[in-house]
Amino acid sequence: MNRIDQRFATLKAQGRTALIPYLTAGDPAPEYTVGFMHALVEAGADIIELGVPFSDPMADGPVIQKACERALKHGTRLTHLFAMVREFREQDTETPVVLMGYLNPIERMGYEAFADQAQAAGVDGVLTVDMPPEEADEFGPVLKARGLQSIFLVAPTTSDARAGTISAHGEGYLYYVSLKGVTGAATLNVDEIDAHLAPLRKLSDLPLCVGFGIRDGATAAAVGKVAEGVIVGSVLVGQIAACVDDPAAIAPRLKDILGEMRQALDA
Amino acid sequence: MTKFSDLTRMPDARGHFGPYGGRFVSETLSFALEELEETYMALRDDPDFQAEFDHDLAHYVGRPSPLYHAERWSRELGGAQIWLKREDLNHTGAHKVNNTIGQALLAKKSGKPRVIAETGAGQHGVATATVAARLGLECAIYMGAEDVERQKLNVYRMQLLGATVIPVESGSRTLKDAMNEALRDWVTNVDTTFYIIGTVAGPHPYPMLVRDFNAVAGREAREQSLKQIGRLPDALIACVGGGSNALGLFYPFVEDEGVAMYGVEAGGDGVETGRHAAPLTGNAPRGVLHGNRTYLMSDEGGQVSDTHSISAGLDYPGVGPEHALWKDVGRVSYVAANDKEVLEAFRELTHVEGIMPALESAHALAYAKVLAPTMRPDQHIVVNLSGRGDKDILTVAKLDGIEI
Repeated sequence: MNRIDQRFATLKAQGRTALIPYLTAGDPAPEYTVGFMHALVEAGADIIELGVPFSDPMADGPVIQKACERALKHGTRLTHLFAMVREFREQDTETPVVLMGYLNPIERMGYEAFADQAQAAGVDGVLTVDMPPEEADEFGPVLKARGLQSIFLVAPTTSDARAGTISAHGEGYLYYVSLKGVTGAATLNVDEIDAHLAPLRKLSDLPLCVGFGIRDGATAAAVGKVAEGVIVGSVLVGQIAACVDDPAAIAPRLKDILGEMRQALDA
Repeated sequence: MTKFSDLTRMPDARGHFGPYGGRFVSETLSFALEELEETYMALRDDPDFQAEFDHDLAHYVGRPSPLYHAERWSRELGGAQIWLKREDLNHTGAHKVNNTIGQALLAKKSGKPRVIAETGAGQHGVATATVAARLGLECAIYMGAEDVERQKLNVYRMQLLGATVIPVESGSRTLKDAMNEALRDWVTNVDTTFYIIGTVAGPHPYPMLVRDFNAVAGREAREQSLKQIGRLPDALIACVGGGSNALGLFYPFVEDEGVAMYGVEAGGDGVETGRHAAPLTGNAPRGVLHGNRTYLMSDEGGQVSDTHSISAGLDYPGVGPEHALWKDVGRVSYVAANDKEVLEAFRELTHVEGIMPALESAHALAYAKVLAPTMRPDQHIVVNLSGRGDKDILTVAKLDGIEI
């Protein structure tokens, strides 16, 4: 069984909500990323979304745009991400890792070469922000053949018909985008999220995880009541931005923030 | 092998032009694009919609634009006869308004109170601000900070028209970054905002509908050629950034196999230097950006390259997906003109014909200078003079060391 499915099965049995942090790989520099991943797991992460830096992150707000710029300044690219995941796996063989990013770096590498290396490195899933299922005819099967799961987004604007299609193609979990906007935007409305998740549950057996707008223990706990998982990115990446001149301070801060969310979710 | 007649049936139902095009967007926008596609497909063959579009083109834009025989320039070049399709004479001074008039009609149908656009040289921004003013719509224009600097006149024009111009400081601070920011705005305000994309790129259905709205120039040029030359021209030339004026001219001629077509990309310092904006001529790899698959300048890691061109309107690392297909099937020859050749052509047309072209359009003229002397005087070339050069006076003056 894929690590992601395994993890959700375990969480379900325990009656717990998945906590899924996102970091842009290579931010503030490539040598820190694996240490951050371990710190996140220690603080209670269930799955790690590792961002592939991209020059034109169209769906991201300023916080993650700047993270991409910092990572790219050091030349971080997919081959480095594979090395990071390999190194992470030397100590941690259980925590699922999902690569999240935009299609062009993968397109440039070639689908097969990407999937081969991702599998060999110990990646479990791939979320390509700008590749809806309609465009994944070719890529989806390449991933599947190597046991890599395709994670898709569902948005507040997604029709029931589309949600059905997405769910049929999706594996691992559905990433529900809590608001219309870019990452790091505004505040979320839990009642509205709940109203959108209800019909999704009828269409899909996949765990529903909510991202965008989760910034502290309180918002995590509120969303955790209506979803199987909460995804948190910009608030963590913002800590990296605040400490670029003092990288040693980053891991403890990440642990504090994620730890508070873990506690709030488990309370 | 794709037959040329097959090219008129593109894109397919999912917005693909062969391996190119498509709809590569984050999920939040999928609904808005499906809605736009539905609206447009219902209207494109609706006689009332066409009549309204034609009426606006005639009475607001001033169409048809003339096909002008540049006799003196043709004589000086000593070869084929050069005819200029005068899109520079359109209201707002470029071909861009053909598309914004069409999309404004779609925006009106959608009932959304706000429009946004990206712009490079500012011509599309001006054309968008213009239709927004006419319809009383709120309007925000995203423009790379570098372009805001080099196209100050157009920035102020947009502001006079009531638009908010938002300088984009991220990335290379040019057209591609403006488009990123416009997409971020759209994903945030999708319920209230209609995105008027200015070129034949972006997610389906934009490449199709922007082409369709611009094709009026090609239809006119075809008719005018038959009337004024007595037959179809031997060659067409147009500049290609995203490629909207080129597709507009070329599309109605695509099945006329005797008509050769040349798309002229921005060679910048020279394609061989790497400092250019010529993905087709430079044989860039395939890539995905701004919602479509196309030839895209990027490094080995798939990061999109910075581009360089003297003309802000062509300073873009990708190209419309239909051009990518037309390159592959050999329907159009894509070539490049470098900044130096472009400036020469700009000055030459101004001196010899009293017509000051936009620096973008001067790319097409620069290639006409290469092509015409290789042809006979009884042969004919139609060049798309896609915009006027007033906006570029400050750029050219600066190169001449003149402060205005």
